[in-house]
Amino acid sequence: MVKLTQRLGGLVLRFAAFCAALGAVIAMITSRERSSFFVLSLVARYSDLAAFKYFVIANAIVSVYSFLVLFLPKESLLWKFVVVLDLMVTMLLTSSLSAAVAVAQVGKRGNANAGWLPICGQVPRFCDQITGALIAGLVALILYVFLLIFSIHSVVDPFLLRKS
Amino acid sequence: MPGEKILLAGGAIKSWKLLFGLRIFAFMATLVAAIVMSLNRETKTFVVATIGTIPIKATLTAKFQHTPAFVFFVIANVMVSFHNLLMIALQIFGRKLENKGFRLLSVAILDMLNATLISAAANAAAFMAELGKNGNKHAKWNKICDRFAIYCDHGAGALIAAFAGVILMLLISAVSISRILLNSK
Repeated sequence: MVKLTQRLGGLVLRFAAFCAALGAVIAMITSRERSSFFVLSLVARYSDLAAFKYFVIANAIVSVYSFLVLFLPKESLLWKFVVVLDLMVTMLLTSSLSAAVAVAQVGKRGNANAGWLPICGQVPRFCDQITGALIAGLVALILYVFLLIFSIHSVVDPFLLRKS
Repeated sequence: MPGEKILLAGGAIKSWKLLFGLRIFAFMATLVAAIVMSLNRETKTFVVATIGTIPIKATLTAKFQHTPAFVFFVIANVMVSFHNLLMIALQIFGRKLENKGFRLLSVAILDMLNATLISAAANAAAFMAELGKNGNKHAKWNKICDRFAIYCDHGAGALIAAFAGVILMLLISAVSISRILLNSK
């Protein structure tokens, strides 16, 4: 009985993480806004900034990985490998989220010392959608941290709950 | 008792020397990254305008505190190097009690959390440095590395050390997890 709820919990967590990562990718890809300033026209796209491109790629990798692990059979020997892969994926998620937040913060507040002006005043809808994508990325990260501890628990049984 | 046959003399588990060596390197790498980035500072005088024949000069300073990502970088590297120092001390002085209680599990979880922390810090600083080096013509942000070359060079050195720390922390986490697996067989 413990094993069934354990496996079910792991599946639910992983499916939720898959949805969150996929949502982050979609939200960022569809963010695009054109703003006109007299005769100048500024088009803001996620691909203008390298950190956002990295965010999209990293979250796409994470969602594909989550989808594949959802279908891993229970008795497979690959579950021990899944623990290390989960750690690598979590590191990928933190790094992409952290880079995107750092660059988005410059876009929102600017950097007075470097002479960089904020761009969110001109393209507010773009900024809101980027914020939504970053929040989805954060949710995926938190779920993956839980999944990491969960994977270790189900592979190693460190609290010796299972009777052998 | 599980794990008895892979205990070395003195009570340590088999991969003790490997983990110890990796931790020493990770401690040094993250400490170097923190120190180099926190001492990163360059002051330069520029001619901003010329009135007639008199040039008007302004003194500008590039400090690491100007960028929040670099502040996070310094703090995270200090935290990870402190974690490695603590684990080294634990390994030296707690050599006999390695497989008692939750010690192996807590060391592995702490290693994993610190690995994610250092990867986040190194990556955020790397993308901000790329922004400073290349600028961004869509957002009309000028590059700053052509004027503050020494600042950029020191920052690049700190980043390289931090990325070495990222790889080392990943290896340390993998070894810590495999120690739990070895111990529970």
